[in-house]
Amino acid sequence: MSNKVVQAMYNDDDILMDAVKAVREANHHIEEVYTPFPVHGLDKAMGLKGTRIAITAFMYGCVGLAFAIWMMNYMMIQDWPQDIGGKPSFSFAANSPAFVPIMFELTVFFAAHLMVITFYMRSKLWPFKKAENPDPRTTDDMFVMEVAVDGDENELVSFLEKTGTVEIKVTEKHY
Amino acid sequence: MYTFSSKLKTFSFALMIVGLLGVAYGFLSTPSSVEDVKVMLQESGAHGEVAQSNEHSASDKVQAEENTHSTDEHATHVFHLLKNKPWSALYVALFFFFMLAFATLAFYAIQHASQAGWPIVLFRVMEAITGYLPVGAVLLFVFFVLSSLHMNHLFIWMDPEVVANDELIQAKSGYLNVPFFLIRAAIYIIGWVAYRQYSRKLSIAQDNASDLTNYTKLFKSSAAFLVFFLVTESMMSWDWIMSLDPHWFSTLFGWYVFSSMIVSAITTIALITIYLKGKGYLEFVNNSHLHDLAKYMFGFSIFWTYLWFSQFMLIWYADIPEEVTYFVTRFGEYNLPFLGMVALNFVFPLLVLMNSDYKRVPWFIVTTGIIILIGHYIDIFVMVMPATVGDQWFIGIPEIGSILFVLGLFIYVVFTTLTKAPLLAKGNPFAKESEQYHY
Repeated sequence: MSNKVVQAMYNDDDILMDAVKAVREANHHIEEVYTPFPVHGLDKAMGLKGTRIAITAFMYGCVGLAFAIWMMNYMMIQDWPQDIGGKPSFSFAANSPAFVPIMFELTVFFAAHLMVITFYMRSKLWPFKKAENPDPRTTDDMFVMEVAVDGDENELVSFLEKTGTVEIKVTEKHY
Repeated sequence: MYTFSSKLKTFSFALMIVGLLGVAYGFLSTPSSVEDVKVMLQESGAHGEVAQSNEHSASDKVQAEENTHSTDEHATHVFHLLKNKPWSALYVALFFFFMLAFATLAFYAIQHASQAGWPIVLFRVMEAITGYLPVGAVLLFVFFVLSSLHMNHLFIWMDPEVVANDELIQAKSGYLNVPFFLIRAAIYIIGWVAYRQYSRKLSIAQDNASDLTNYTKLFKSSAAFLVFFLVTESMMSWDWIMSLDPHWFSTLFGWYVFSSMIVSAITTIALITIYLKGKGYLEFVNNSHLHDLAKYMFGFSIFWTYLWFSQFMLIWYADIPEEVTYFVTRFGEYNLPFLGMVALNFVFPLLVLMNSDYKRVPWFIVTTGIIILIGHYIDIFVMVMPATVGDQWFIGIPEIGSILFVLGLFIYVVFTTLTKAPLLAKGNPFAKESEQYHY
């Protein structure tokens, strides 16, 4: 299979959406779509699988909750029990109302931060990463759809030209 | 147009009749005198120690006298609590169904004021639920008038004898007095019902209108109503619930009651929508609309828990006697309902409705919705009962009878209102967005 792709440019997200639907209907494989902003419903139109980040978020939240319970028990009950406001810290259960805000915050903290880190790793984003977008204009006002060339290249180009593209380019994809 | 099926109508009348029987039983089974209560207490054996004999005859006599005196006092106390029981049961049920309609009205006003696009196809369902508001509010007002006539003693500050011996209530009597209480209640109710009828009229007028004047009026009146709502809702919760414990106060009580109201109201909207869809109506409501309602059910369940806990934690931490007494009763005599409702209102919706896909499945929403409604009934129960019936509480025939009676009335009024207008509100500029709503 060749690494050749056709890059079709669009200047409007509605036209792009229609184009994506038309291309998928014609059974061409869309490699990637680059947009300057998130386009609502594009993931469904491209047929991408639903994200599983919610599941990881739940697991990270559970880790955060468990960590907070362990931490508060270690700090306030085992390691250094104190009498705060007439509530001696000799029992976790009797003092647990005071720990609930910390448990809540650490659940949110773990879920949020680990979720962001997971998202970056999954999207292959890290410091000094070279930008993948084929044209710098996709960060401004242009939308680029990359379609894999599989079969007749000219037919594909003429097909894409009919989808409202403003510019079209056939290029080698470097992985 | 919706037609009120005769099956459902019969069902609602059956509920009302069965409920009325339960309520009547509750009133008839209250003890008629303190003597009856004494016999009852003796039989239950809880206070059998009075009969214990003592070796020292001199001190025995004194002891016995003291005991008789305290038993008398105790029996009188229990007598008053038991007298309050059927009234409290009715009050909790009346308030519960009133708040479903009331918070639905607030939710409805929020949708208009924010010019939200998605819920337009649900407007007629919301309007039908708020149809119960005039009925429910007037019933509550009648209840308050009966209270002020000393038919019951739920609000102890209405009793001049209690006030005469209570310095704290005396200090509050500028606010907590019967005429002002009734005037306030009348102002709230007139304001809410006025907006309800006005918005309903505009909404129906917009159906066939050629311009947007009704829509604009609806937007403006909704925004104004929300201001009125925020103030009166808070004051209503002080007057109608917090004043049952006239010594106790909580600054976030209005919010706490609101959170309970709004989550129950949205649940009711979802349940009635699903019921109507199941009957083949509301074909324009898709599962994205249900998803949004379920998201609100999920979110407001967490919001309720947040306020439930915030109110508790600050009072627990400060540990001021006049404040903690509220939670001492609830953790003591009301332990099971007080902590059990956290499982029903928080843990269950949290775990069941967390998954995005489950929020679109009707039977998940219905199951969770019923649990949420039961949980928030218990929430109101635990707000009211400790002050009025104390340790004599029980969810028995009077309580369930009251629920059934008001539920029957609620179903009858709501579905009758539903027949009065087309099920799809037209003429809203965002109507198309709502009909094509897809998430």
